[in-house]
Amino acid sequence: MQKLIKDGAIIENSWTLMAKPETDSANVEVASGNIIVPLAVWLAQKNQLQSRSDIGVWLDSDETAEQLGTDANSLALIAVNFPLFMDGRAFSTARLLRERFGFKGELRAIGNLIRDQLCYLRRCGVNAFAFSNPDINLEEALKSLNDFSEYYQASVDQPLPLFRRRA
Amino acid sequence: MYVYDEYDHQILNQRVAQFRGQTARFLAGELPPEQFLPLRLQNGLYVQRLAPMLRINVPYGMINSTQLRRLAHIARHYDKGYAHVSTRQNFQFNWPDLTEVPDILAELAEVQMHGTQSSGNCVRNTTSDQFAGIAEDEIIDPRPYCEIIRQWSSFHPEFAFLPRKFKIAVTGSTQDRAAVQVHDIGLEIQLNDQGQVGFKVYVGGGLGRTPVIASVIREFLPEEDLLSYLEAILRIYNLQGRRDNKYKARIKILVRALTPEVFAQKVEDEWQHLKDGNNKLTQTEIERAKSFFTAPAYETIDNQKAQAAVDSIAKDNIAFSKWLQRNIRNHKIAGYAAVTLSLKPTGVAPGDVTDTQLEKIADLADQYSFGEARTTHEQNIVLADVKKSDLFALWQACKTAGFATPNIGTITDIICCPGGDFCSLANAKSIPIAEAIQRQFDDLDYVYDLGDIDLNISGCMNACGHHHVGHIGILGVDKSGKEFYQVQLGGSASNDASLGDVLGPSFGADDMPQVIQKLVDVYIENRTEEELFIDTYRRIGATPFKERVYAKAN
Repeated sequence: MQKLIKDGAIIENSWTLMAKPETDSANVEVASGNIIVPLAVWLAQKNQLQSRSDIGVWLDSDETAEQLGTDANSLALIAVNFPLFMDGRAFSTARLLRERFGFKGELRAIGNLIRDQLCYLRRCGVNAFAFSNPDINLEEALKSLNDFSEYYQASVDQPLPLFRRRA
Repeated sequence: MYVYDEYDHQILNQRVAQFRGQTARFLAGELPPEQFLPLRLQNGLYVQRLAPMLRINVPYGMINSTQLRRLAHIARHYDKGYAHVSTRQNFQFNWPDLTEVPDILAELAEVQMHGTQSSGNCVRNTTSDQFAGIAEDEIIDPRPYCEIIRQWSSFHPEFAFLPRKFKIAVTGSTQDRAAVQVHDIGLEIQLNDQGQVGFKVYVGGGLGRTPVIASVIREFLPEEDLLSYLEAILRIYNLQGRRDNKYKARIKILVRALTPEVFAQKVEDEWQHLKDGNNKLTQTEIERAKSFFTAPAYETIDNQKAQAAVDSIAKDNIAFSKWLQRNIRNHKIAGYAAVTLSLKPTGVAPGDVTDTQLEKIADLADQYSFGEARTTHEQNIVLADVKKSDLFALWQACKTAGFATPNIGTITDIICCPGGDFCSLANAKSIPIAEAIQRQFDDLDYVYDLGDIDLNISGCMNACGHHHVGHIGILGVDKSGKEFYQVQLGGSASNDASLGDVLGPSFGADDMPQVIQKLVDVYIENRTEEELFIDTYRRIGATPFKERVYAKAN
């Protein structure tokens, strides 16, 4: 299985991503083992799925953190999708999951993100990065994770804006 | 003005290093052009018709003599010896070499300048009033708040991939000189009944192909809530703005689709989660920001004496008196004046300055105005703190340097985008039209008699020349490969903001000077004693203008 970046290291991916079902989400079968299901499947099958510890949920860019809401805390993993790298909704969704809904598990960016987005995504609370493009050199991409080491704004990684930290 | 500390330097240096790496990866073929595109744009670099164009931010228009000299150096060594003041108070270089841009940005970082977020789908340079801090009608100096916004918006991790560009303008005076109602967010500083400082918040204004006057979504936002409220607006926009069509992606489209009331409620709901968080401004931070914009070491001057001395020179010097009449503005400090250096002499592209002129501005700023200058959205330069006793000497220096054209606010002080001569988006040239109109109106007494007229020209519907808000607006259009010009009347970017009405069918370039002349003739024939062009137009409507201009064609 393709590798990914998590917490600043390159690791094996142990999760399978389930595509959006073409038929209705309530009846599609969710395979066993670590699996990241689409939001619609989670919402339709929550009663059965929430007893499992090997379930993650992925949000497409037009789906919101509010739709998952407090369910977030029962999940081991949430993924936010980039259908196109220019679609920046995942940055806000990630912050909301961390800051509003208190999600503490793995927050993974998936899809067509690019390495030049890693630093800002990390700042928004994303701690794992799984590129769709298998040709990405992860060793090289890691370098972009810390393009900046000081920031003006409050965000997930640094809750105090610079103006509250300036001596 | 604001002075960087070690944090600001560190952050900017990291940005320069980041872009140097991105450029190297692009040149090595490791970074595909479509991925490099937004990265270079967010560092100010466009690829234009003839060469790249690099846009350098001048935060809310404030620039010092050291920075001006560095821009001159860059114009000379990396470009063709000139630069251009844009309609958003920034500087643009038209001929940089892509491979040298990281070096240019490194040289700029040394003098606390950058192209960060001067383009791209992100929060752009915050603009303001060129007379901030010195205007007699000012309630509160907007610049400390602009600087607070600059820091908050620079490298904001959540808002670097918005649906579209995002522009914020701030005014602190009763007379709006920052065009806040045609920005994505416009902030008008207010004092409430208790004397607290806050902002009237406008949202969803903008020009471009769908011009809209902004709506007020909050009458009074306390100053400490500035950043949390901006963050709420930006978050709603980032999540809900349209991304399926770039022509419908600006926040104005979202505000209009939801209605301003519903949009305001969404912001309010989001803000409830944010308002008591760490983004709430502290008095310490507000005071820190204000400490950079304190009054310079003004001398105590007897204004009457100073003015009398100026008047006695002007009495015998018509050229000087004309310059005083148009290019000088009152100052809130006795014995001082603000001077506008015109970058609109006939025959020069509006807003263009040469390397030696940039150095001259730096010298004049050092000699006469505490080492600081300002860019204006009308594409001129302001020396804000000049002693009246220095005005004559400054005028003589301006004449030699080419800045003394006494046309500020007149029909020849044209706002004009680079147009088809440079810009790859343009449908038509704009600079030659500006020049032809300037030549048509070459009699100064006649021009003065016309009074204030905003004449704005854009080479395409993206409206960088703000044609919608010109009293007379001109828009370049393409008709099967030929350049034509549409005329609009009745726009304004001031407190009484309005969008111009299209007069009728467009004209060929050669017809434009006569068309404008006819419009002016109708004004002169119909005006009352105290009316400006815009007032007469609003009173008598478009019909008399239409009848005159289209008389022959019909």
